[in-house]
Amino acid sequence: MNAFAAALGRELRLAIREPGEAATAVMFFVLAAILFPFGVGPEANLLARIAAGVLWVAALLAAMLSLERPFLGDYEDGNFEVLALSPLALSLVVAAKMLAHWLTTCIPLVAASPLLALLLDLGGGGYLALVAAMALGTPTVSLIGGVGAALTLGARRGGVLLSILVLPLLVPVLIFGAAAVDAAIAGLPVRQHLMVLAAMALAASALCPWASAAAVRQALE
Amino acid sequence: MSRLHGLASPARFLRLADRVQPWTGWGAALLIGAGLVVGLGFSPADYQQGETVRIMYIHVPAAWMALFCYATMALGAAAGLIWRHPLAHVIAHSAAPIGACFTIVCLATGMLWGKPIWGRWWVWDARLTSVLILLFLYLGYIALANAFDNTARGDRSSAILALVGAVNLPVIKFSVDWWNTLHQPASVTRIGAPAIHDSMLAPLLLMAAGFLCLFLTLLFVRVRAGLLARRLRALRHARAHAPAVGGMDTGTGLS
Repeated sequence: MNAFAAALGRELRLAIREPGEAATAVMFFVLAAILFPFGVGPEANLLARIAAGVLWVAALLAAMLSLERPFLGDYEDGNFEVLALSPLALSLVVAAKMLAHWLTTCIPLVAASPLLALLLDLGGGGYLALVAAMALGTPTVSLIGGVGAALTLGARRGGVLLSILVLPLLVPVLIFGAAAVDAAIAGLPVRQHLMVLAAMALAASALCPWASAAAVRQALE
Repeated sequence: MSRLHGLASPARFLRLADRVQPWTGWGAALLIGAGLVVGLGFSPADYQQGETVRIMYIHVPAAWMALFCYATMALGAAAGLIWRHPLAHVIAHSAAPIGACFTIVCLATGMLWGKPIWGRWWVWDARLTSVLILLFLYLGYIALANAFDNTARGDRSSAILALVGAVNLPVIKFSVDWWNTLHQPASVTRIGAPAIHDSMLAPLLLMAAGFLCLFLTLLFVRVRAGLLARRLRALRHARAHAPAVGGMDTGTGLS
């Protein structure tokens, strides 16, 4: 556990000393979301109807931006070789990277989402559901994204390829995440959507570090 | 098991493929031909859907093959990861484009069928969406397999992706049971008697057997080409790294 805390601390320090990465993701999120009123027109009813989906899609795309760096950086400068030899299991090393990605990229996205929802005029009861759904859904994004980042280590056009591989796998998160907000606005129970999101996050946290570690190991061979 | 491992030798696999391929090739031509004649000419029209039901004889076997190709690909990927047989990776890579084509055929015929029956080219229900995701998984797999300069890296990375993507297979199969979709539930592969009349089932099964033979034929062709491409690459690599003879041959490193 100490070794895991040390690995997580290292990832967080790296992320904090390079704050541009997370800030870029949030900037992208904000810009992508506020482009929609210009595209579909400022009519309040229409914006309120699509707000949940727009915010979720923009957040998924934004989260893709900062996935590559923690993996590729360690791969290119050889740190992964050292980490693979350390007593900490490689699956926990990549789990620390995924957790750090969630803390430094996804949490700022979750924090920014109510403000953007305000701009898009999301209906009254939706704000709490939006934050809850994003908080429960984004761990899956970091986890599955970590598998994609490990698979594309050293690939040509790795960054774009990463998004192409990961986004289709994130469709269930998007469906249930947006459905939770729509249910809250319609006054329906939100609980089952949130529970499905939590279940996906738990299943992903059991499987993804393992798959990601296998991908890193074969990249180091 | 040991006999199965014997097949991992590319030379032995190719000898077997040479012997089987004429059978599967002619089998595909005859079965698909017979299936089309019976399905388009002699099977009855549906009492609700009329003549459009004949799209089923292409659509349903293509959908089955789309899933079957992915299963073949995932098994090849797993075998390649576990036993490190290059042939298994070549089989997985060869199955992917064929599966992607079957998926496109399935989606295209489904759209042509949906327009007269549902009134729309496309609806976002669970079955259609999950098959669309299957297409993107195929395309992502092909892109990842070709994204590395080192063949072995492409083999193993794409194999892991194929196994991760395999979670989509049960979702597609059971999507019509789990969600209340516009797409009809299974009527052939269900417990008890198929909910489809023999006069329609016969051409459907003929077409399915024909598509399976077609898949095997194309797979053998692609595996042969894939193995030759790898050998060519290895030869070029060896030539580029061989010591130059008399200073004449230095500029011919092709790889």
